[in-house]
Amino acid sequence: MKNAIKVTGLQKSFKNTEVLKGVHFEVRPGEIFALLGSNGAGKTTIVRILATLLKPDGGAAEVGGFDVATQPGKVRHAISLTGQFAAVDEILTGRENLILMAKLRHLDQPRQVADGLLKRFGLTDAADRKPSTYSGGMRRRLDIALSLVGQPQVIFLDEPTTGLDPEARIEVWKIVKELAGSGATVFLTTQYLEEAEQLADRIAILHEGRIIANGTLAELKSLFPQAKVEYVEKQPTLEEIFLAIIGKKEVV
Amino acid sequence: MGEAKTYFFRDMSVMLGRSMRHIFRSMDTMLTVCITPIAMMLLFVYVFGGAIETGTGNYVNYLLPGILLMAIASGVAYVAYRLFIDKQRGIMERFHSMPIARSTVLWGHVLTSVVSNVISIVVIILVALLMGFRSSAGVLSWLAVAGILVLFTLALTWIAAIAGLTGKTMEGASAFSYPLIFLPFISSAFVPTDSMPLIVRVFAENQPVTSIVETIRSLLSNQPVGTEIWVALAWCLGIMLVAYFFAVRAYNRIVA
Repeated sequence: MKNAIKVTGLQKSFKNTEVLKGVHFEVRPGEIFALLGSNGAGKTTIVRILATLLKPDGGAAEVGGFDVATQPGKVRHAISLTGQFAAVDEILTGRENLILMAKLRHLDQPRQVADGLLKRFGLTDAADRKPSTYSGGMRRRLDIALSLVGQPQVIFLDEPTTGLDPEARIEVWKIVKELAGSGATVFLTTQYLEEAEQLADRIAILHEGRIIANGTLAELKSLFPQAKVEYVEKQPTLEEIFLAIIGKKEVV
Repeated sequence: MGEAKTYFFRDMSVMLGRSMRHIFRSMDTMLTVCITPIAMMLLFVYVFGGAIETGTGNYVNYLLPGILLMAIASGVAYVAYRLFIDKQRGIMERFHSMPIARSTVLWGHVLTSVVSNVISIVVIILVALLMGFRSSAGVLSWLAVAGILVLFTLALTWIAAIAGLTGKTMEGASAFSYPLIFLPFISSAFVPTDSMPLIVRVFAENQPVTSIVETIRSLLSNQPVGTEIWVALAWCLGIMLVAYFFAVRAYNRIVA
């Protein structure tokens, strides 16, 4: 398999808004690929198409060597999805959540699989509590652990650190780095530049429905002129103007 | 597709196990589903019952079918609630991105609704027995009663599924059940329709609850059901098919 993900000419509109206007990119097996874009750029739309949750209007997408439109069942075997909000069952305990996933993936030893992941994600002590008693970071850890049940080849993480405190964010970063170390392909979306810089082997920037840049951090940096020292005349900001006028009035 | 079929029953039992756990773990669910109808039954039998003239000796016997329908109407509201939560929390998306028989995501909740309503109905009937409910019905009549109640449960469950799948807010998703719970009051469930003003009476005699209540009442008291049973079945099946159609359409819109 040459590419873990291959997207060609992907198009999608919602009502009259064209969200994706022909998106192309490829993700190699085993790399961490970050899709960077502002809010509403269409990152989640791409993830949902790749995860077989949404049909594109045009173009094609392959995940794990299978076409998302014609072989969705095969694609679902190869992937896992962690959405923007921790999709955990609030009534079941952490352990039961993992066992549920293992059963739905038709694994032979659901309990052992759950125990292994609980240990790996440092959730053993909290295993028999409901997720409602977890901290934000623990919930996210459980959420990602749920995604790893059955060892999918391609892991989608849609804005994995949005809404997390700095400490939990660093924890998630550590997990993501370990994931890629285990040979899985990680496709993550983010609106944080630092996150892409920290984690990704390659970064694509989605803007106004197209990929406007795609490459390693070094390649992206080389697109721009070398850093140099320049003399720039400092214009007053609106705030400074505003304060100056107010100050004058008060004097008057 | 072949694979999805292979796993249908296996996935279905996992989904059923999941939502049954939800039911047994939330005590408020159990309370609302069983205690409210039982309280209603106590209230009608021991407070209002003395003043209600039904023409039959045993008011508990008269009242029970209506109470059972009310219990079902309030019980199905939880289907809307659970589907709404699954949809909103992204749990449905997670399931749909997995290699499972997708339809079990919806059918698991529907089956759970039937199982939990059967449980609450059995509990209510046991309480009614303590309160003096007696039936001379044979096995066949009881089976017919069970069949009608399951059909009624399915019909209302699919209505609940529409609400849960299309609701924008939790309140919106569960608001549909209030008219359903209220419907037995404007029927022959608690009092005979004879004393009602004409307009109310016409409504009461021609809405689904009355025909279903009358049929169950006749079956339980070993009376001939006449054509009423066909009207009741037609209502149940008709509502079920229409609601099923719209629920599946709403579901497919989410699945895309």
